[in-house]
Amino acid sequence: MSVSVRIPTILRTYTNGAAEVSGEGGTLREVLQKLDADYPGIGGRILDETGKIRRFVNVYVGEEDVRFADGLDTATPDGVQISVIPAVAGG
Amino acid sequence: MAHTSTAANTAANTVEFGPATGLSCRECGTLYELGPIFACTECFGPLEVAYEFGEIRREDIESGPANIWRYRSLLPVPADVAAKPNLQPGWTKLVKADRLAAELGLRSLHVKDDSGNPTHSFKDRVVSIALEAARNFGFHTLSCSSTGNLAGAVTAAAARAGLDACVFIPADLEPAKVVMAAVYGGRLVAIDGNYDEVNRFCSELIGDELGEKWGFVNVNLRPFYAEGSKTLAYEIAEQLGWRLPDQIVIPVASGSQLTKIDKGFRELIKLGLVEDRPYRIFGAQAEGCSPVSRAFKAGQDVVQPVRPDTIAKSLAIGNPADGPYVLDIVRRTGGAVEDVNDQEVVEAIRLLARTEGVFAETAGGVTVGVLRKLVREGRLDPDAETVVLNTGDGLKTLDAVAEHARPTAVIRPSLDAFRAAFAN
Ligand SMILES: Cc1ncc(COP(=O)(O)O)c(C=O)c1O
Ligand SMILES: [Zn+2]
Repeated sequence: MSVSVRIPTILRTYTNGAAEVSGEGGTLREVLQKLDADYPGIGGRILDETGKIRRFVNVYVGEEDVRFADGLDTATPDGVQISVIPAVAGG
Repeated sequence: MAHTSTAANTAANTVEFGPATGLSCRECGTLYELGPIFACTECFGPLEVAYEFGEIRREDIESGPANIWRYRSLLPVPADVAAKPNLQPGWTKLVKADRLAAELGLRSLHVKDDSGNPTHSFKDRVVSIALEAARNFGFHTLSCSSTGNLAGAVTAAAARAGLDACVFIPADLEPAKVVMAAVYGGRLVAIDGNYDEVNRFCSELIGDELGEKWGFVNVNLRPFYAEGSKTLAYEIAEQLGWRLPDQIVIPVASGSQLTKIDKGFRELIKLGLVEDRPYRIFGAQAEGCSPVSRAFKAGQDVVQPVRPDTIAKSLAIGNPADGPYVLDIVRRTGGAVEDVNDQEVVEAIRLLARTEGVFAETAGGVTVGVLRKLVREGRLDPDAETVVLNTGDGLKTLDAVAEHARPTAVIRPSLDAFRAAFAN
């Protein structure tokens, strides 16, 4: 499946400033693996040492926070947009 | 002499930002220069303001203005901040709540009533610090994602300061909050979605060139914004005669306020401004949006987000960024996080109004409701000095209590009619 991944400002050093890159994979885990292959090091910013999504990162597949879905196993249908967003304060 | 080094820039920064020296990651400690950044590039952890405080004396604070700027030497703001146009929030009443205390069975209780701020919620505190940061960074537009109170505080502050405002809210907010966000001018954008979705949208806007010169008070200015809540801790301590309360109950939405009140207490201890005594911090949530309370009760240190459904809309953040820190703090201090249902929220609003003449919005109802529950269940020490926060004004959430607050009788203007109606 080909998907698009929106990159937060703090990770754009890995993507040469690109705010959005294309990705590949049937699940979020696969997409992140491919992303790390294309932009070495970026995976370790999003996932911690144990391979889990870092606690202050929100990852969305389409409109859905993946913690409401299947986490890293969340399916990533063709054409979907994935967003990686740091947590922010309330209001 | 021409200075081009970063050292010179840093020196200039520290003047504009008072005693603040940089930003540090709360998770891994990585240090950053002061800037409109909010997350650590290493671990995504939240950045917070780091300081080098000089000697700070009670007398100097006490001789300052009757607003948050009396604490400017503890905040990331320039020394002349009080002279600049801003809303001058703070120094709100600490109400000695003897009648509520008696009703609940507590020996000593105070209500910190932040409904007395310029836009009637504690948000004026956080926005005033964020406004200074926005000025320092040369932003022309002040912005936020908001459950209502923050939106009004931002549009009002921008109006006073002469900046543009553009604020984002979920479309289903209380009418009074929508009016307050709109009346001060600027742009108000209602989004068809819940607060967490509004937040997400704003985070994407900030990464886009559209939002480049914008100061989102709770996003790219978050480290500065968050410091504003420390002033609640300072005021409470000073108003108690430079003492920390034994126990304090604080509402939790994103958890930022609770986290920074703890930071404020610890700073006061470190600076020798109050005696180093243990204090217990309790967090309050509405049952219909209680991700932190759930995690606390389950003994977890991660917070699973929820989809909110409660009348306490100002606390309806299903994905609380500072949730893990709230858990750390309440556990470290021997407190707890508890929640109450919507009916208990309404009862608590009425209880506080009836006993103390303080009309709280639903967030205050949540907090007083949780206080009552904790006392009933014997989880608060009835003999210890207790403070409970009212962070917003009941006029903003009238609908929550409207059906319980009606005329006692409708009569003709005659003594007979009055006698007939109230004969027994
Ligand atoms: C009236 C009121 N009280 C408390 C809070 C909680 O703030 P925090 O997000 O810092 O936990 C909010 C947040 O919007 C609020 O509007
Ligand atoms: Zn970090």
